[in-house]
Amino acid sequence: MSGIDGRTPEFPTSPAEAVAGATPEFPTVKRIAVVAAGLSQPSSTRLLADRLADATVERMGEHGVRVEVTAIELRDLAHDITNNLLTGFPSPKLQQALDAVTGSDGLIAVTPIFTTSYSGLFKSFVDVLDPQSLTDLPVLIGATGGTSRHSLALDYAIRPVFTYLHAVVAPTGVFAASEDWGAGGESSLPDRIGRAAREFAALVRESTRDGLNDPFRLPAGFNPIGAFGAN
Amino acid sequence: MAQVQFGIFTVGDVTANPTTRTTPTENERIRNILTIAQKAEEVGLDVFALGEHHNPPFVPSSPTTMLGYIAAKTTTLQLSTATTLITTNDPVKIAEDYAMLQHVADGRVDLTLGRGNTGPVYPWFGKDIRQGIELAVENYALLHRLWREDFVDWQGRFRTPLQGFQSTPRPLDGVPPFVWHGSIRSPEIAEQAAYYGDGFFANNIFWPKEHYMRLIDLYRQRFEHYGHGRADQAIVGLGGQVFMRAKSQDAVNEFRPYFDEAPVYGHGPSLEEFSEMTPLTVGSPQQVIDRYAAMRDHFGHYQRQLFLMDHAGLPLGTVLEQLEILGGEVVPVLRKEFAEGRPAHVPDAPTHASRVAAARAASETQDSSAGGVSETQDSSADAASEIQGNGSVIAAGGAR
Repeated sequence: MSGIDGRTPEFPTSPAEAVAGATPEFPTVKRIAVVAAGLSQPSSTRLLADRLADATVERMGEHGVRVEVTAIELRDLAHDITNNLLTGFPSPKLQQALDAVTGSDGLIAVTPIFTTSYSGLFKSFVDVLDPQSLTDLPVLIGATGGTSRHSLALDYAIRPVFTYLHAVVAPTGVFAASEDWGAGGESSLPDRIGRAAREFAALVRESTRDGLNDPFRLPAGFNPIGAFGAN
Repeated sequence: MAQVQFGIFTVGDVTANPTTRTTPTENERIRNILTIAQKAEEVGLDVFALGEHHNPPFVPSSPTTMLGYIAAKTTTLQLSTATTLITTNDPVKIAEDYAMLQHVADGRVDLTLGRGNTGPVYPWFGKDIRQGIELAVENYALLHRLWREDFVDWQGRFRTPLQGFQSTPRPLDGVPPFVWHGSIRSPEIAEQAAYYGDGFFANNIFWPKEHYMRLIDLYRQRFEHYGHGRADQAIVGLGGQVFMRAKSQDAVNEFRPYFDEAPVYGHGPSLEEFSEMTPLTVGSPQQVIDRYAAMRDHFGHYQRQLFLMDHAGLPLGTVLEQLEILGGEVVPVLRKEFAEGRPAHVPDAPTHASRVAAARAASETQDSSAGGVSETQDSSADAASEIQGNGSVIAAGGAR
């Protein structure tokens, strides 16, 4: 569980970075939630999630944007997620994770591919989110699997879920097969991570999601006496 | 009557007893509910509230029939619902049914409105669950008028138009039953309750209290916004859920199989986890007293506390024992604790008598200050507003 938890990179100090907008006294801070649905420990899913988060933090830093990263391992929440499905409400621990995701400026979501699709645990977590809570949220999707033949699952299974939720999914998703971890200079994984992080960081920088995820907010135009004839 | 009303609410589930594997017949369950309601009065509780469902395993599809029987068998018990489906019922029929029950019960009637929760029930009654909120809002707007205006012209989205319609009988003494709006998660319903100055009931049993605290806070703020009084004068009801034995470990051991198999939360979190996350309290009477006395600290001074006591297949004998403990040992202490430090401006639980008195006082004020606006009136909220437990009436539109 080392790596990106709670890590806040140093604010960049070079002149090139300083012109990017924020002042050092009041730097822009963006919150990024990282959800990893890997089941083993250590998990290659978490490894990929960390790489994507690190690359994103670096890209954001280049534009003078500070990033707060919250990493969530669904394995630690598996029982709470099931309980939420049965009872309709989250445990305090799960609520914290849900708040981190719905209150973020960007989400990195990485799942292992099981039987040509996202893992059941990953989908169960998505299922306990308020369906409105990801609207306009930039999302970087990633997946891991045994062979690269599964890589299209990113686009036919995972991307549609977030599209349905009105999230903004970065064009590049990153799939890491077993062979990517040992291929050294042969692997294009670092390039793919770099491109995905660049696209995602650009979306996060421009994202404004204030108030979008408040479940206690009345819908626009709500009238307590209804539309017709009540008066 | 009591500052705070204590009572029980039931959903009327027919559930197998997990320790004996026996399931009561519908007739047994219905008779048991009627017995439980009478026991509630016998042990000194104030309220009995009955749910409405149209799908098994729940049996009460016709609450006013059952409440009418209970009205005849009791003398002080306040009869209520938890909840009446404002979405799939015709508001005209609700207006008539509950005005009739109000006469039968000599005023001991109020009702809690809710939307209901399962998708299939809506189409069975010709409705669409996706319009649940709109149905709740429009249907109540009509119900509110039917009880306050003798002749109603109406046109809405969901119901046949009405021309010069008069629902019958008219509410007892010209004062409609008090209405609570129940909600688990919808800010729209809190807003609706606040707009009318009606009560807000948070079931408070299946979710963490923090969630309901936000919802009730929202209701209180909007109650004040609409000019019905201060936020801490809003009318709040809470649910709760307890199981008690003299020794707390006995309570846990006895209740656990019912908890583990219960349709609503069985096979999910453990009894211990669920008790920590929600107001469910399984233990000694003193533990229940401590937990529920603290509800004031979380929610502010409130008007009604109901307990769920008879679900999950608990046998009748056990439920009656629980009521004896509740009425004998718990509620008397809670009454004292709740009275302590309760500010004078916080209204008591509304009753027919207090609402009639308030209506009369207000109409006298109105007569004597004709032409002026009395201080208890808020002309901006006019017909939508109504009686508060603290004694001010605002425009009871149903002149007789």
